[in-house]
Amino acid sequence: MKVNDFSILIGGEAGAGIARSGFLFAKACMRGGLHVFCTIDYQSLIRGGHNFYIARISGEEVYSQLDHVNLIVALNAETVMLHKKDLSSNGGIIYDPADISPDSQNFQQEKLKLYSIPLKKIVRDKLKETQLVIRNTVALGTVFSLLKYDLIFSEEIIKDIFKPKVAEINLKAVRAGFEFAEEHFEKNFEYRLRKIENAEKRIFLNGNEAIGLGAIKAGCKFYAAYPMTPSTGLLHFMAANERKQNMIVIQPEGEIAAINMAIGAAFAGVRAMTATSGGGFCLMSEGLGMAGMTEMPIVINVAQRQGPSTGLPTYSAQADLRFILHASQGEFPRVVIAPGDIEECFYETMQAFNWAEKYQLPVIILTDKYLLESYTSIKPFNTKRMKIERGSIITGIYKGDEKYKRYEITATGVSPRALPLTKRAIVRTSANEHDEYGFTTENPEMTTKMIDKRIRKLVYLSRELEERNIATTKFYGHARGREATLISWGSTKGPILEAIKLLNRENIVVNYLQIIYLQPFPKNKVENVLDKAKKTIIVENNKTSQLSSLIREYTLRDSDYKILKYDGRPFDPGYLSQKIKEII
Amino acid sequence: MVTLKELNTPMKIVWCPGCGNFGILSAFKSAIIELGLEREQIVIVSGIGCHGKIVDYVNTNGFHGIHGRVLPLATGIKLANPKLTVIGFAGDADCYDEGWDHFCHAARRNVDITLIVHNNMILGLTTGQTTSTSQPGFKTKSTPFGAISPSLNPIANAIVSHATFVARGFSGDPKHLQSLIVEAIKHKGFSYIDVFQPCVTFNYLNTFEWFRKRIYKLEDHEVTDKWKALEKSLEWGTRIPIGIFYKEERPTYREHLPHVKSKSLSMMSIADMDISEIIETLM
Ligand SMILES: Cc1ncc(C[n+]2csc(CCOP(=O)(O)OP(=O)(O)O)c2C)c(N)n1
Ligand code: SF4
Repeated sequence: MKVNDFSILIGGEAGAGIARSGFLFAKACMRGGLHVFCTIDYQSLIRGGHNFYIARISGEEVYSQLDHVNLIVALNAETVMLHKKDLSSNGGIIYDPADISPDSQNFQQEKLKLYSIPLKKIVRDKLKETQLVIRNTVALGTVFSLLKYDLIFSEEIIKDIFKPKVAEINLKAVRAGFEFAEEHFEKNFEYRLRKIENAEKRIFLNGNEAIGLGAIKAGCKFYAAYPMTPSTGLLHFMAANERKQNMIVIQPEGEIAAINMAIGAAFAGVRAMTATSGGGFCLMSEGLGMAGMTEMPIVINVAQRQGPSTGLPTYSAQADLRFILHASQGEFPRVVIAPGDIEECFYETMQAFNWAEKYQLPVIILTDKYLLESYTSIKPFNTKRMKIERGSIITGIYKGDEKYKRYEITATGVSPRALPLTKRAIVRTSANEHDEYGFTTENPEMTTKMIDKRIRKLVYLSRELEERNIATTKFYGHARGREATLISWGSTKGPILEAIKLLNRENIVVNYLQIIYLQPFPKNKVENVLDKAKKTIIVENNKTSQLSSLIREYTLRDSDYKILKYDGRPFDPGYLSQKIKEII
Repeated sequence: MVTLKELNTPMKIVWCPGCGNFGILSAFKSAIIELGLEREQIVIVSGIGCHGKIVDYVNTNGFHGIHGRVLPLATGIKLANPKLTVIGFAGDADCYDEGWDHFCHAARRNVDITLIVHNNMILGLTTGQTTSTSQPGFKTKSTPFGAISPSLNPIANAIVSHATFVARGFSGDPKHLQSLIVEAIKHKGFSYIDVFQPCVTFNYLNTFEWFRKRIYKLEDHEVTDKWKALEKSLEWGTRIPIGIFYKEERPTYREHLPHVKSKSLSMMSIADMDISEIIETLM
């Protein structure tokens, strides 16, 4: 019997309410004090096609899905066909005999545990409902029965997330499923979930929501974005909170408008943000350069998906790193931060707004589909940890003796920023090269000085990162005497941490360097790790190992090995640990 | 109150002598003085082209942006701080070609900004190519055999896109233009003036003379009648109307946002934002 270590896959057609059911299940587990990680796989279509939701539940902290699941809820035949191979040997399948005939699927030979339930019939005849999605909730009831998990948590969640009438139907449905299973299912399932007493309260959210919360906490008051998977969830989150949080959230005519509006709002003195994915960011590139040139503090979440071009719109990738680092013409400073988990999404977003304003430059939060749309249960954020730092801002009355210079050349490159409406200050900004007052110039000396000034900001920002010991990288494991050092950035963090756990069980000890800041690049920290590493293995979701080339650029060193995956799907920890073993 | 002298900047004006931009510049400055606005409360936004240099020539807050993006920039500024008076200056290529996708949306949205388009029916700064408002058959270096497509009608487009203030001026009549600018800035919502601005260097066809022969001022025109406005907007050829085509009172974009109303986002305190309620929903 396995207790509190369980993964489930719920699969069905797009439009069948898979995500909602997975969410309900996961949250019911979290309310019982369990740790949860969930990820959804869906195609770029609205009806038909195949979707699945994986929820992993554990008594300890979990960072990603595993390679196998222990139970499949098959809401169509395709789910069984596609995912039978993902079942652990003692796993089971819950299915409706109206959809799937066991013979046609060769179930019998494989000794799988089969749990047949006439879901549609129960909805129609017993619950007297016409809405087919109710069957999902019936199925969940059976899952809780198999797991011997208290129904009370799912009942609570149902009451929380549905309107009273819909809640009532779902409550009946979950109970009907539970009772059916108690009565008819064979008592041979080997997994159990038990609530953890006095567990700390946790929250359940995905990367988009964590970034949205970070932005709101950071005082973002203007958010403009055009829908594009996987950044759309952030637009929805911000829009839902627009009124309560006194923001303006606007969906304009496209990404070009979005970034220009954000820059306009930033000019007026508001913390402003936009988000998009690769294609939309192509359109934003000119605006990004303008933010760099005019020294406008904006934050951009670039949510990677598998490309090139439209590529796989709803699948994940890390192939835009080089593009993000170099997008737009000319040389100007930018900050690129890649959070690796939900907590980092929150704190790094807060930090991003601070850097943007303090150093008056664009900050890009580089994420991907896997990070933004996977859910994790975590401790509520420590909202006191990060202070708002706005840098040098002038409002009210400008008290200087001379005329105000928006682009005053200073030692750090940062000029005191008067907001328009400040008395006695004329705030003139220009995307053309300009002098200290913001007047257009083509003078060679002034051009040199201004480029120097802007680039200098990054030097001081790097210095501040070091002096304040900001976590531009994170290191896991012991520095010396290990078999290999893994190096990665972004969302590969979760599967890597899980792979390390698996390897540890076999007494294989590796350590891991997570690079969070890609610009300014934490050269010294990376060099330190390289110095001590026995072998380095770069892990990335791209074809050309863009991080390797970046490390080479800064440290003049090659990585020893690379594990790369670029099929749109995240790494599974088992696969990853196997690859690592092959290398060691 | 601001004086003409205070509105001048030390920058040397680099428009060609006789350029239609001078008329717009002087009409605009006079309008500001007439309106009694303070320099610090004004933001002018411009695109890229000869017209864009206007930000250097008026001593108010200014944002000389990139080609085609005057409207979204101005929109962001105004939404963030409604206490600012935001006026955009765009070129015809800037607004009707490169930035055309923003035009009808700005009109629909009705953010309280003013857009002044320097319409010289040519790309000036890139040394004279055809734009969407050039006449069919117009020969330039980029269309040596003559422009093929009929010209764009921005006034009609603005009207059907629900703009709430639509006017046309002529930089050869700065007094009249000044009155249009004053009305446009006073108007609550998106106000738009297309200004005939002869390019004396490259546009050999649409000269001051050409316009003077054709234009007439709209009089006895019912500005709230959309059909009439549309009819007038289609008039082109030997007689071309200038003046206010259409005007309507409609709530501005911000008036649809009860939670912020006329509050400046930039003045809100952000030191201690409370997210506990949202956190609660994630438990
Ligand atoms: C994205 C982009 N494309 C092209 C240009 C080159 N360019 C500079 S000014 C200009 C157009 C000028 O025409 P218009 O907007 O009518 O202004 P005018 O010079 O006539 O005042 C163009 C295309 C540019 N600066 N940016
Ligand atoms: S090129 Fe034409 S539009 Fe440009 S400054 Fe000269 S006359 Fe004016």
